[in-house]
This record gives sequence, structure tokens and C-alpha cells, in this order.
Amino acid sequence: MQFFGGTEISPSLPASTASGNNGHMMYVFNRNGVCLLYREWNRPLHTLNQQQDHKLMFGLLFSLKSLTAKMDPTTPDKANLGVPQLPGQGCSFHSFRTNTYKLTFMESPSGIKIILVTHPRTGDLRESLKYIYNLYVEYVVKNPLYTPGTPIRCELFNTTLDQYVRSIS
Amino acid sequence: MAAIYSLYIINKSGGLIFYKDYGSSGRMDTNDSLRVASLWHSMHAISQQLSPISGCFGIELLQADTFDLHCFQSLTGYISLLFFFLSKKVTRMIQGTKFFVVCEPGTQHMEGLLKHIYELYTDYVLKNPFYEMEMPIRCELFDINLTQAIQKDRVALLAR
Repeated sequence: MQFFGGTEISPSLPASTASGNNGHMMYVFNRNGVCLLYREWNRPLHTLNQQQDHKLMFGLLFSLKSLTAKMDPTTPDKANLGVPQLPGQGCSFHSFRTNTYKLTFMESPSGIKIILVTHPRTGDLRESLKYIYNLYVEYVVKNPLYTPGTPIRCELFNTTLDQYVRSIS
Repeated sequence: MAAIYSLYIINKSGGLIFYKDYGSSGRMDTNDSLRVASLWHSMHAISQQLSPISGCFGIELLQADTFDLHCFQSLTGYISLLFFFLSKKVTRMIQGTKFFVVCEPGTQHMEGLLKHIYELYTDYVLKNPFYEMEMPIRCELFDINLTQAIQKDRVALLAR
């Protein structure tokens, strides 16, 4: 069978840049689905306008979470598909990979969702997301001028984040 | 201990045409498996739209807390062209027959198994003159060979 002879069919992967600089974009959502932060480092393709893009991303995560909660093969009693679940309840997921990108997802107990989209060859980024969450706590939550639930506008957070993401390999 | 929990095959339009459970606790009933399959079909399509780079073919591996889901999509299917009015861009969405297995986290060589299952599908399902395209798979030979393939995979896993 020669159907799978090679990988020519799929376009060649974007070459991973020398050191680090693998981040494509990042989203932070709160539990109501409001996009608190959107950072973009390398995104050549925009198909939707920004608001629709955020909505689609949140919808994807929400549905994938209910899918994994329903599919979980280790627990016998599961809630019905689509029943809203609290953060930490039910089986969740931490990453998925396609041929062009890898998405890593983390949800804090308070419902803050951090999503990092990187090059598909990057390793396990769960620790990195925890670190980013700590940055969020330090620079955003502890900022007295920040009102919870509003988009993040903290210069210090953005610069530290950019620096950190550049170092992820 | 089962390495592979279940196998699903969904057709180009998201309908479940084959589902087999290999010992997951609390197995799904027919309605739930149909729902899960069509949900996966849509999530797969959305993941293509959210790609930062063009040429995305959808999710290949989903890592959840208690399982991994490996998905393989056949190359034959619809190519839908989506024209985005605002950004004046066209993206291709590819929707073929999808095969996906739910297995233990960290199970290796699932891509190979999925490709083998695809070969079995082409040999014993598509070449079966009584099989109607896009309809649920009821082919005895496919079942027999599939069971063998999964068994072999399990033995290979134990030997490793």
C-alpha cells in the first residue's frame, strides 16, 4: 500500500526557529467566557475577526471539555453530554495537537482558562502554563488598579509574558 | 488492563458508522456514542479554522487527564472552501472519514494501528459489494480482522 508513502500530502511543517520563539498566540478567559487577554506573536493566518475568533476558541474548549468528561473511560457514572461542570469536575484535557499547531490548556479552580498555542513539536507545557498563571497572580491580580473581569492592561505582565514565551522551546 | 478503550469510525458528514468498546468502565449507550461522534466531527472542523498557519488538517492527538485520543482522517472526502468576507480570505476545510481510538495516556504507535485499521476498512468494507457508502459497517470479515489487529497490538504492547 503506497497511500502512506510519505508526508508529501500534508504541507511541510513550518521549520522550528532556532531557539525558542515557538509561541503563536495566547488567550486568557475568565469563567464567563470573557477574553481577558489575547497576545499574538506569530500568526500569519486570520480567518475571522477578533471577537468571533475568541468566541470560537472558547466554544471549542467548552465543547472539548464536555466531550472528554463524557468519554472518560475510567469512571463508570458520568454526567450527560453538555451538562455544565465546575472547574476541576469531570475529566478535562490538557493539550491537543494538529499538524500545524499544538494547543495547551489549563483551568484554574476559579475558572481562569489559559490557552497557549505553539509549534506542534513543543513538549509538555503544563508547567509553563502554571508559571504563566503565577505571573498572572503576581502582576494582574495583585495590581490594585485592576478590576476583576475586565481585559488585562498591565504593561509589566505583557513584557514578562513576552519574554517568558520567547524562552519556551 | 486495556491499552485501547474504544474505537470509533465516523463518516464524512459526522455520522457514527462503527463503534467498538474494548473494556472501558461505564460504556456508552448508542445515543451517547452517536452524540460524541458528531461532537468530535465538529470540534475537528473548528480546530482547522483556528489554526494560526494555513494547511491545518485537524486534531491528531487529544491528551486528556485519563486517556489519549488519536485521530486519523482519510484523505478522500469533501474539501469545503470557506470564503471569509471580512478578511477576504479562503480557507480549505477537509472532511474525510475519521478513525479514532481512545487509549491509555502515553500509549505509543497508535498512528500505525490507525493506518492499519484504515487498510482493513478499505479492504473489507469498501471492497464489499454489499456495503453502502456512509452507512453503518456490518461486515463480518472486517470485524474478525479488526479483532485480530487489536489483539496483536495488545500482545506487542505486553511484550514491550
